[in-house]
Amino acid sequence: MNQVNENSSHSGSLKVEDLYFSFSEHSSSVVDILKGVTLEAQRGEITSIAGPSGCGKSTLLYLMGLLERPGSGKILMDNMEVQNLSDRKRTIARNQLIGFVFQFHFLIKELTALENVRLPLLKNGTDRTIANQISSELLDDLGLKNKVHRPAYKLSGGEQQRVAIARSLVNSPNYLLADEPTGNLDTQNSQAVFELLLLMAQKLNIAVVLVTHNENLAQQSDQEFRMLDGKIFT
Amino acid sequence: MLCLEIAWRFVIARKRPMILSLLGIVFGVSFFVITQAQTSGFEQFFIRTILGTNGAIRISDQFQDPLGTVQKSGKDGKVKFIFHSREDALYQEGVHQPDLVRVALMDYPEISGVSEIIEGTGILHTGSRKKTVQINGIRWVDHLQASDLNGQIIQGTIDQFASDQMGALLGSRIFSRLNIKVGDRIMLQGGTGTIHLRVCGVFETGVSQIDKNRIYLHMGNARSFLGHSAGGSIFQVALNKPELAPELSQQLQNVLNHRAVSWQEREKVWLDVFKALRVSSGITVSCILLLSGLGIFNVFAISVIEKTRDIAILRSIGFSQTDVSAIFLWQGAIILFAGILLGSFFAGLGTYLISIIPLRIRGIFSTDSFVVNWDLSHYLLASCIALIFVSVATWIPARRASRIEPAKIIRETI
Ligand SMILES: Nc1ncnc2c1ncn2[C@@H]1O[C@H](COP(=O)(O)OP(=O)(O)O)[C@@H](O)[C@H]1O
Ligand SMILES: [Mg+2]
Repeated sequence: MNQVNENSSHSGSLKVEDLYFSFSEHSSSVVDILKGVTLEAQRGEITSIAGPSGCGKSTLLYLMGLLERPGSGKILMDNMEVQNLSDRKRTIARNQLIGFVFQFHFLIKELTALENVRLPLLKNGTDRTIANQISSELLDDLGLKNKVHRPAYKLSGGEQQRVAIARSLVNSPNYLLADEPTGNLDTQNSQAVFELLLLMAQKLNIAVVLVTHNENLAQQSDQEFRMLDGKIFT
Repeated sequence: MLCLEIAWRFVIARKRPMILSLLGIVFGVSFFVITQAQTSGFEQFFIRTILGTNGAIRISDQFQDPLGTVQKSGKDGKVKFIFHSREDALYQEGVHQPDLVRVALMDYPEISGVSEIIEGTGILHTGSRKKTVQINGIRWVDHLQASDLNGQIIQGTIDQFASDQMGALLGSRIFSRLNIKVGDRIMLQGGTGTIHLRVCGVFETGVSQIDKNRIYLHMGNARSFLGHSAGGSIFQVALNKPELAPELSQQLQNVLNHRAVSWQEREKVWLDVFKALRVSSGITVSCILLLSGLGIFNVFAISVIEKTRDIAILRSIGFSQTDVSAIFLWQGAIILFAGILLGSFFAGLGTYLISIIPLRIRGIFSTDSFVVNWDLSHYLLASCIALIFVSVATWIPARRASRIEPAKIIRETI
């Protein structure tokens, strides 16, 4: 894979074209979830997707993040088609190009904040001292300076979500996929997380795709999409 | 290394089930080693006893149908021993031409001792009591080379026997039965008359058949008492490597044209009993390891379910399927490694403690405490069995973990 990690002057994008996805759990009944979704999220911006529960927002994010394979259609990362990559390359891409933030923070509770954050770095072979340094600086930036060595389960909800964001950013990804990251947070914390994402998008030239129910946040984003029954609207 | 580190954190975070799993391995390994140490200890001790009493190989009667010539194939291929036999030779008790045979035997590098023994029976008389005994006429210097007689003497000394032309060594049970003291004079009565002997020592082999019946005399005395001026003797042979006795006895039988019986053949019944004991206790105790394997399987299967979310998140940040299964296999390896280490420690401790338990055994051998055998192979075998069970027990959950679909788990959680 041709890694495009530097903050290039010509801003890249994460793009899907005519994406289809369906569940066929019982061989007879096929449920179509995505019915031809096309959208492009520019790096350096926040693209928000809103829509009723069950319309396929999460599914779209998992496809964009190479956690799942589409039925048909294209996924382009900085204009490179990635929907057909091998499992091995998808795993590497998730490690180096993509960051995920989920509604539930999904920290590993046996590890401290720092240990959670540095996982993607250690995974790609970064030296331990450097990984620790990058991770703790990032945690500092996110206002967790004195919680660095705290076990994950001893952090509050808002803190855990910030640790999860730090983990998604630590490998300086090109694309950040956030699935209702503020769904469990109060208004104040939600706004803080949003501003953090916005800051990171601009500072690190990341294409942030934000799925949210929060109308207020959706309106603050650079690009706003609505999703309904597996289709996308502007 | 990262996977090992995560595995370690997962293990120490689940102390109770992991300690239980560990205990299973520790118990299994240590019980296995301890039982093997005992059974094989008694077996080894028994072997040592029979080697010390009757030697590694016994060469007795000449074959009825002797060949005209036989050759000893010496190492350089030059040495030949030729035995002339009459065409119509009949069965002859004992070894024919013992002096030649003795020289021939001494020439084998594998043979560490050769003792010619003349056997017969007689009746021992003290003033008031008498006892039928089996006479073993020996040359004491030779016999010490081919047996552990010196170590078996519990009263008197071999020197007393050596310096007394009319000396006798008595089996411990004969001695106590006759109610006499070392130094006492006794009478031996038999076919050709009566001789007077002095009790120079008492030996105990632990083998009751021997301790009840055997006495040792000097060769010349025995010969004249039994009326064999020459011949009629058998050979007891000691080897540097007793385990080679079957091959060597076969070879000797072919070369010397006399029956040569190895200790393995001679004591087959007892050896089979010991072997059966060792194998069956090994199998029984392996069941502990099997059960702890099942326990570990259970612990790990639950662990995979508990950790589904962690697995999904690890996959989403770039851990491969192989990494995920490695995390679980490492957890198994940690338990296994700790289990083997602790198990071996307790095995060693237990073996030592058992070896100092007082226990008096007479009959097939003689000991006053538990006999144990320190053998690294028991530890290795226990470790291998544990390795097999733990591998299977962790491999299946690890495989399941690696197949978890991250998207599915994350979707279901939200
Ligand atoms: N395993 C599955 N089999 C069939 N349908 C599923 C499965 N998982 C989710 N769905 C359906 O897919 C649709 C889209 O789900 P999702 O992408 O999570 O929606 P959203 O995130 O917008 O709430 C939902 O209608 C859900 O019922
Ligand atoms: Mg959703």
